Amino acid sequence: MALERLFRRRRAQGEVRDVPELWTRCPSCDAPIYKKDLEQNLYVCPKCSHHMRFPALRRIESLADAGTFEQTTRLKPADPLEFVDTEPYVKRLERYQKEAGRPDAIVGGRCLIGEVPSVLLVMDAAFAGGSMGSVVGEEIARGAELAAQENRSLVIVSASGGARMQEAALSLMQMAKTTLALDRLWARRLPYVSILTDPTTGGVTASFAAIADVIFAEPGALIGFAGPRVIKQTIRQDLPEGFQRSEFLLKHGMVDRVVDRRKLKEAVTRVLRQFVGGARAAGV
Amino acid sequence: MRVPLEFEKPILELETRIAELEKYAQESGVGLEGELSVLRERLKKLQDDTYGNLTRWQRVQLARTPGRPTTLDVLGGVFQDFFELCGDRTFSDDPAIVGGLAYLEGTPVVVCGQQKGRDTKENIQRNFGMPHPEGYRKAMRLMDLADRFRQPFIAFIDTPGAYPGISAEERGQAWVIAQSIQRMARLRVPAIAVILGEGGSGGALAIGVGNRVLILENAWYSVISPESCAAILWRDAKEAAKAAEALKLSAPDLLQLGIVDRVIPEPGGGAHRDPATTLANLKTALLETLAELKDLGPEELFEDRYRRFRGLGVYAE
Repeated sequence: MALERLFRRRRAQGEVRDVPELWTRCPSCDAPIYKKDLEQNLYVCPKCSHHMRFPALRRIESLADAGTFEQTTRLKPADPLEFVDTEPYVKRLERYQKEAGRPDAIVGGRCLIGEVPSVLLVMDAAFAGGSMGSVVGEEIARGAELAAQENRSLVIVSASGGARMQEAALSLMQMAKTTLALDRLWARRLPYVSILTDPTTGGVTASFAAIADVIFAEPGALIGFAGPRVIKQTIRQDLPEGFQRSEFLLKHGMVDRVVDRRKLKEAVTRVLRQFVGGARAAGV
Repeated sequence: MRVPLEFEKPILELETRIAELEKYAQESGVGLEGELSVLRERLKKLQDDTYGNLTRWQRVQLARTPGRPTTLDVLGGVFQDFFELCGDRTFSDDPAIVGGLAYLEGTPVVVCGQQKGRDTKENIQRNFGMPHPEGYRKAMRLMDLADRFRQPFIAFIDTPGAYPGISAEERGQAWVIAQSIQRMARLRVPAIAVILGEGGSGGALAIGVGNRVLILENAWYSVISPESCAAILWRDAKEAAKAAEALKLSAPDLLQLGIVDRVIPEPGGGAHRDPATTLANLKTALLETLAELKDLGPEELFEDRYRRFRGLGVYAE
C-alpha cells in the first residue's frame, strides 16, 4: 500500500532525465539504452541485467505461447464503502484506469505455456500499486476455479503493494478468498506456479502468492510482508543491505529459485511439464 | 487505575459525584433522594447519548482499553479446564499467541488466540499481541489437533497486526500467514473466530477463517489500522479518526458487509466496565453458534467455509 507512493516518486524521477525520446537510461547502472533494445530484452538492462517494471501485456507475451492467449479477466471495481480520503476512491479509480488502460490491477486468461494448457494471471503494479481489492481477489479466485474446471495449470505473476485500503475489510477478505480458491487446484492435482516480481508485499504475499507448489522470484525484487518503511519505523533501525530482496528470500528458504526474466518461461515450462505428467505435454 | 478515555470523563465524573452524595446521605442521614434522582437521570441520559452514538474512532479506543477481556480471560472465564499447549516445534514458543485444550459446557474444543499483556510488563513479554511466524505455526499445530481429534476449533482475535520486524520477515511472516489461512480454511471440523478487540489485517485473518465469524460490539477489524491508513492516505497519523470513519471498521459496519455473522453485545460503556456480563454474552453466542454447526459433516463444513469467503467482495461485471 505504501509502495504506491514509492512508485510515483520513482516514475517522476525517471521522467526528468534528459535523454532523447528513443533512448532511456537504466535506473540502476545509468547506461543509455535504446528503447527498442530494452523492449526486446524484456525490460532487462542489457548492461547490468537490472529488471525494470514490465508492462503486464508484455509479460503475458513473454510467457504464453504465441497466439494462444485468450483474456478472461473483465471485472470492474465498485466503491462499496464510498471511501473518501483526500480524494474520493472513485476519482482515484478513474485516474488509475486512464493511466493503466485497464479496469483494475490484473489481467489474464487461458493460454498455453510451453504447450501446457494454463491459466495465466498477471498483476499490474501500474494500477494503484497493484493493490488487491475485490476485483483482483475475484479474478484470482475465478482463474483458479477455471483452471480446476478445465484441467489447466495456474501461473500467477504478482506485483503488488498489498491489499487495497479503500476497500478496507473487503480487501482483507480477498486474502481468504484467493487462498480458498486454490484448494480446487489442489483437489485436482493441478500445478500452481507463483512468480514474485518487484514489488510483492503485504496481503498478496501473505495469501495466494506464498502458497504455490513452486515459487520463483525475479532478481532484485522487493518481497515481504511489511513494507521496509513500516519495519524501519517499528524497530527504529536501518535495515540491512539486501533485506527483503529476492536473493535474501532464497537464502532464507522462502522461494525455490531466483530466475532471470529471460529464463522464466523455460523454468515455468520445466515445472508444469513434469507435474501435468505428460509425455504428451512434454512432446516426448 | 487506567486513564479514562476523553469521552468517558464526564460520565465517570458524574458517577463519582453520585457515589459521594450517596455515601454522604447514608452517613449523615440527610435526605438527598430528590437531588440524587435528578443526577441519576442526568447520568443515564449522558450514558445513552455517549454510548448510543459512539463514533468509529471511539470504538477503536474502547477496543484497546486496558481491562477489556483478553484471550486468556475468555479462556479462563468462558471455558472449563483450559490446558495450555506451547511451541511451534520448529523455532520457539510465541507468547503473543496462546492456545490449547478446553471444554465449553462439556464439549471438548481446541482454542487459540492472540494475547495482549494486561500490564506494561506483560505487554512487552507478549509483544503487544503482535505474533511472529512461530505464533502462527503454533496456531496451525492446534488446527491439526482439532482436525485429528474431530473437535471444534475456536479462535480469538486481538492483535494490532502481525509483527513487522526483521526477524519476522527472515522467518517468513507472509508465508506463515498464508499457510495459516489455508490451514484454517481446510479444517473439517466446525471453526469459529471471535474478534475480541483489535482485528489488525492479515495477522488477524490468519486465525479468522471460521464457518462463523463473531465480533464484540466495540471491536474493530480491517485491512490496516486507522493510524497507518491515515499516515499513508492523509500523510498524517493524527487523522486516524477520519481514517476510522472511512474504513468502516466497526462491528455494525462489518455485519452489514457480511464480513461478520454476529455482533456480541457489550455492557453499556464497553466490555471493560463489566467483563463478567461480556463473557456471559460471549458464552451464549459461542454455544448458539456451535449448535448451528453441529449437524454439518466434515466436507459440508469445508464447503460452508468455502462459500462464506468465496462470496465476499463487491465488483461490477
